[in-house]
Amino acid sequence: MNGPRIGTIMIKELRQISRDPATLGMLLVVPLFLLLMFGFAINLDTKHIRLAVLDLDRTQDSRDFLQSFLHSEYFDLDFVLDRESQIDGLLDTGRALVALVIPRDFGRDAANGKKVEIQAIVDGSNGTTAATAIGYVQAVAADYSQRAFVRSLERAGVTGMKTTIDFEPRVLFNPELRSANFLIPGLIVLILMMTAVLSTTLSIVREKERGTMEQIAVSPVQPFELILGKTVPYLVMSLVAAAAILATSRLLFGVTVRGSWLDLGLVTLIFLFGCLAFGVLLSTISDSQQVAFLLSALLTLLPTFILSGFVFPFRNMPGVIRAFSYLLPGRYYLAALRAIMVKGVGFWAFSDQVLALVIFAAAAGGLSVLRLRRQAR
Amino acid sequence: MSASTAGGAPPAGFGPAIRAEKLTKRFGAFVAVDSVSFEVPAGSIFGLLGANGAGKSTTIRMLCGLLAPTSGTATVAGSDIARNPEAVKRRIGYMSQRFSLYNDLTVEENIRFFGGVYGLSDREIEERRRETVHRAGLDGREKTLTRELSGGWKQRLALGCAMLHRPGIIFLDEPTGGTDPISRRLFWDVINQMAQDGTTVIVTTHYLDEAEYCNELVLMHAGRIVAQGSPGALKREVITGSVFEVECPDPVAGMSVLRGVPQVRETAIFATRLHVSLDRDEDLVAALSALEAAGLPVSAHGRIVPSLEDVFIRLIDRNGEAKA
Repeated sequence: MNGPRIGTIMIKELRQISRDPATLGMLLVVPLFLLLMFGFAINLDTKHIRLAVLDLDRTQDSRDFLQSFLHSEYFDLDFVLDRESQIDGLLDTGRALVALVIPRDFGRDAANGKKVEIQAIVDGSNGTTAATAIGYVQAVAADYSQRAFVRSLERAGVTGMKTTIDFEPRVLFNPELRSANFLIPGLIVLILMMTAVLSTTLSIVREKERGTMEQIAVSPVQPFELILGKTVPYLVMSLVAAAAILATSRLLFGVTVRGSWLDLGLVTLIFLFGCLAFGVLLSTISDSQQVAFLLSALLTLLPTFILSGFVFPFRNMPGVIRAFSYLLPGRYYLAALRAIMVKGVGFWAFSDQVLALVIFAAAAGGLSVLRLRRQAR
Repeated sequence: MSASTAGGAPPAGFGPAIRAEKLTKRFGAFVAVDSVSFEVPAGSIFGLLGANGAGKSTTIRMLCGLLAPTSGTATVAGSDIARNPEAVKRRIGYMSQRFSLYNDLTVEENIRFFGGVYGLSDREIEERRRETVHRAGLDGREKTLTRELSGGWKQRLALGCAMLHRPGIIFLDEPTGGTDPISRRLFWDVINQMAQDGTTVIVTTHYLDEAEYCNELVLMHAGRIVAQGSPGALKREVITGSVFEVECPDPVAGMSVLRGVPQVRETAIFATRLHVSLDRDEDLVAALSALEAAGLPVSAHGRIVPSLEDVFIRLIDRNGEAKA
């Protein structure tokens, strides 16, 4: 280990980064762009469902029933229909997501305790949204039906009736169930992994392409010194990017860090070290920037997006795929990040994840030094 | 300036700067360098000559520690390349045809980087920066980005960067490839200057005119050494007869005609002329009359001093025959 030598390489690397708009853009602009895109565009909350209603009854009761849908922000009454034939057109063009049909004699039958059938026609082309919408319709209808039942008992002279179970959910950690709280940590994982791996790989492969790597190989610089000199500047840049993402998501989406900043920094540092070492490893197997780019995109971006638990839950994955997800460092970092940012729990709660990240970093670092040594000789 | 600071040349009486013994490099089944042995006297300009793929660069890359030899040993600046590569690396400089400088750094930033990588102190870097800039003829352009320099300047700057730590031995792998004749000439002036200062220079080239500048030559072909010695000695030893230059209308047709003449040892095309090697001067008559008979009247002819190219062609042909 030779400090000044590593310093020389770092200074050179920072100079090159500062003169290369593409690298700077990749490290700072792309992350913010992704954040804005995902933050605003991906919204897993199903609210303001476009509702069309065909009220064949047109009584006070049917209007009451309809009102119970509109009390919440989940439904917007966009269309009031006259004929059943209008429904298909609205669903086909996507102007309405749910169409409710309230049958004739709804009020009278309900008052007499007769069974009433409400028809809800749902656009199922997006399964998730449709399932959520059906759930809301059922909940609202069940609530209405319960109240109607109690009322009819009271009319029959039975007083003092109460519903037996009073269901009152209390949601921990993310009480408003806002998907931004859930998505932003995933986004941080994705962005850091991509920029850290890609930028180191490209910076090394570029030197191979231009022949400067050979010039370093004939000098007394050791592989370990080269790795440190080349990765630490990108580590710093990635940390700056991470801080920028956190600041922006707080400003725009109100996402805060509930847990300890120290834990957050420590976990991020371990994760980034592993990513950078992995980037070095990839650079030893690619000879051109194109190959390096493809490899890093294929091995980091896609699996992290799909398999880290960012959007798709692990419990829905088939066994083999789920087993594969255990190999991804993003999986552990994301779990730790959600624990710190959303749950605000202490270090003990995610120590397993930290251990997994340390193992990944050590493996990637060790392998890349080995590969570099073998290449140098 | 003395060449024996920092790492420096091996002390006088230490023996050769480089000694290679049966160096061999295989890539799978392909033998790139086949049991090559030679010695490079300290302070000489030593040329490795051969066509592309002859094994020159592979040999140099093994001596610099960029490639591990499959078998054989070599001592560079007194250290074994396999056992003590770090000691070797501190004492050698290396420059390849690719001018390995950072295009997005300025002239002085490149110098600072390579100085730092070789562990020079700030004072040493500052001192040598001025000298290197001056030698490359780049005074006043220290803050220019390297990518804005033309080939010749880059090449001289690259050489300067490779010499910053004052190595006793400098390896130049096809240093003049792709540069204009004037830059090549200037570059060789610098090489000569370095040799006079006591640096051992090992240079690969396929320009045969450049080989004439070398004190010692090794001719390589298909991974093997086919001849070695000074340019003068090679010409004397290899070309025993005489070489005549002959001008006729269709040199390609002329060459095939002359190949049928038993007295002609060898024929080669040099631009629009033919070089004809003969054992005895009298045999020229037979060669000329064969050309006349084939309808290729000779417009001019004369005896010439054989060039290294003649030597080279003779050796490669001989080598091919020996193998066949």
